Amino acid sequence: MTNWKVILSIAKTHLLTKIKQTAIASLGVTFGIGSYITLVCFMTGLNAMLDNLILNQTPHIHIYNEIEPSEKQPISLYNNADKSFNVVHSIKPKISQKKIHNALPIIDYLEKNKDVRGALPQIKTQIFYIAGSIELGGNLTGINPVDEARLFNMEDYIVEGSAEALQNTDNSILLGIGIAKKMSLKVGDRVQVSPISGGIFPLKIVGFYQSGIADLDAIQSFTNIKTIQRILGKANNYITDINVKLHNIEQAIPLSKKIEQQFKLKAIDIKTANAQFETGTTIRNLITYAVSITLLIVAGFGIYNILNMLIYEKMNDIAILKATGFSGKDVQLIFMSQAMIIGFVGGVLGLLIGLGLANLISTIPFQTEALPTVETYPVNINPLFFIIGFSFAMLSTFLAGYLPSKKAKRIDPVRIIRGQ
Amino acid sequence: MRVVLEAKHINKYFKKPVLFHVLKDINFQVKKGEFASIMGKSGCGKSTLLYILSTMDTDYKGELLLNNQLVTNQNSNHLSYIRNKHIGFVFQFHYLLSEFSVLENVMLPAKKLAEKSHQEIEHDAIEKLKMLNIAHLAKKRASRVSGGEKQRIAIARALINNPSIIMGDEPTGNLDSHNAENVFNIFKKLSDEQGLSLLIVTHDKDFANKTDRIIQMADGKIIT
Ligand SMILES: Nc1ncnc2c1ncn2[C@@H]1O[C@H](COP(=O)(O)OP(=O)(O)OP(=O)(O)O)[C@@H](O)[C@H]1O
Ligand SMILES: [Mg+2]
Repeated sequence: MTNWKVILSIAKTHLLTKIKQTAIASLGVTFGIGSYITLVCFMTGLNAMLDNLILNQTPHIHIYNEIEPSEKQPISLYNNADKSFNVVHSIKPKISQKKIHNALPIIDYLEKNKDVRGALPQIKTQIFYIAGSIELGGNLTGINPVDEARLFNMEDYIVEGSAEALQNTDNSILLGIGIAKKMSLKVGDRVQVSPISGGIFPLKIVGFYQSGIADLDAIQSFTNIKTIQRILGKANNYITDINVKLHNIEQAIPLSKKIEQQFKLKAIDIKTANAQFETGTTIRNLITYAVSITLLIVAGFGIYNILNMLIYEKMNDIAILKATGFSGKDVQLIFMSQAMIIGFVGGVLGLLIGLGLANLISTIPFQTEALPTVETYPVNINPLFFIIGFSFAMLSTFLAGYLPSKKAKRIDPVRIIRGQ
Repeated sequence: MRVVLEAKHINKYFKKPVLFHVLKDINFQVKKGEFASIMGKSGCGKSTLLYILSTMDTDYKGELLLNNQLVTNQNSNHLSYIRNKHIGFVFQFHYLLSEFSVLENVMLPAKKLAEKSHQEIEHDAIEKLKMLNIAHLAKKRASRVSGGEKQRIAIARALINNPSIIMGDEPTGNLDSHNAENVFNIFKKLSDEQGLSLLIVTHDKDFANKTDRIIQMADGKIIT
């Protein structure tokens, strides 16, 4: 039978009469939790931004026709050579087309799958950009601009012009910003492109593309599918790539395997394509938690110290309480609740300060060439961090309070009374 | 008369710094309403005995009975309960919680016992303070009253749960003769009017002579 009312009122009196120590101990927790919240919101915000930089524009499954040597060479079909050792010199890939056979039915089929948010056709080709006497090699990709904007945030990377303009203007091009700089072109100018198969086509610049990855921006441009089919002199079922976006990214691996089997095409899932990004994220998270835990441990030692001191000062009180009928457990609870009150007050204050700082950071301007859409530092204010931070504050103060309160529980009142 | 406190063959040894037989076969009883005092030379073991009788010290041989119930070898939680409900202890030095008010100090053991409502406890506490002529101090901080006042506050606290017995270790040792007389009168009144049992260690011959019975100790033994 524990009488919480008395225990809490004694704890409260102790804390209030030693308000300075109480404040210092609470501020230790506040500092630890506040920096944890600030750090973790900022770090995960940065992580998300860096991930989005790549992942948003990357399809969950990328389907294309890989040109590679056949796995089964004709000799292995020949039964008589079964038991002999075959050596085939200089294997070459089979002559085949880059185009995906039956691309349009495949797209229709994928769109019907309930896991798929959208499947978009693309035509990729190498071209030369020609302006006056300059010739630059590069890639031109034919897309459905409005659909790309909807599924792959294409608009985020268009710094001038729009996806609609590209969709609606015949013979238009969305030029990579690096190319535009090199050739000093502006929106409304014309740039001539020449496919490898020959011919020169003038295209009107309707906008600039900036992915944030300089190497890509120096070669990559976009046009709509019809235009590129015309440039290449191909029929309107000529499609080289299909990009699939799913509702749930976790489905990428199984679905890509299925597609490979079903259509005899290459299907690369996003996880395989971007494995290194997950590693980076994990390591940044690790650093965040290591720093925060260090701060909380320091705060915990502060509480431990102050509680130890408090118990030393309160020896007489402890002896009186025990002599008048408070049990060792009551005394322990008195000091434990002091620790928990310090943890609670300090923790809540830390959460508020962390929230304030995170919001402050999110208003600081952050402009960089590499990230055209980012204007201020990114922060990720996730309620989960606040739950973790608060639990950590309570846990660390519990541990810091436990040993000193255990000591208070064991104090022998007779020794204190004799000592007077 | 009913026996409130009984000690049977109590022996105690201090093992450090050397083995020392401090209490040797202590046997005695305190009856209901009896006002007994313990006297003896300094170092003969009076305080040591009192700590055992008050259940704070459990490291002894022999048996201790309170209201005819065995106290020896009870668990520490139960001993705390016994101290809370049945025993009032008054120390030589005024042991009060200095950060609490006088009233809160007196109320604390009753709040722990939690048998009465807050209002009843407060009412009782003020009654006890009135009885000891210190009701006007109720709201003062315990650290801001005089020594004699503190002693009376400690007595009020010892009385708050209407215990079976009050034990005191030289409760008048620090008081002038006037205040010592005052405390004696309070004890006498409690014993006569309310049938309270008292067991008081004292060096004050006059004080002891006015009590119902003197228990003389020498060298760890009771001689009368
Ligand atoms: N913790 C201890 N360890 C060893 N010996 C102790 C301890 N406490 C007390 N003693 C010894 O036990 C003996 C009895 O001590 P106690 O305090 O009971 O005496 P007392 O009769 O109350 O004396 P006084 O009248 O001076 O208060 C003394 O000789 C003292 O030195
Ligand atoms: Mg003594």
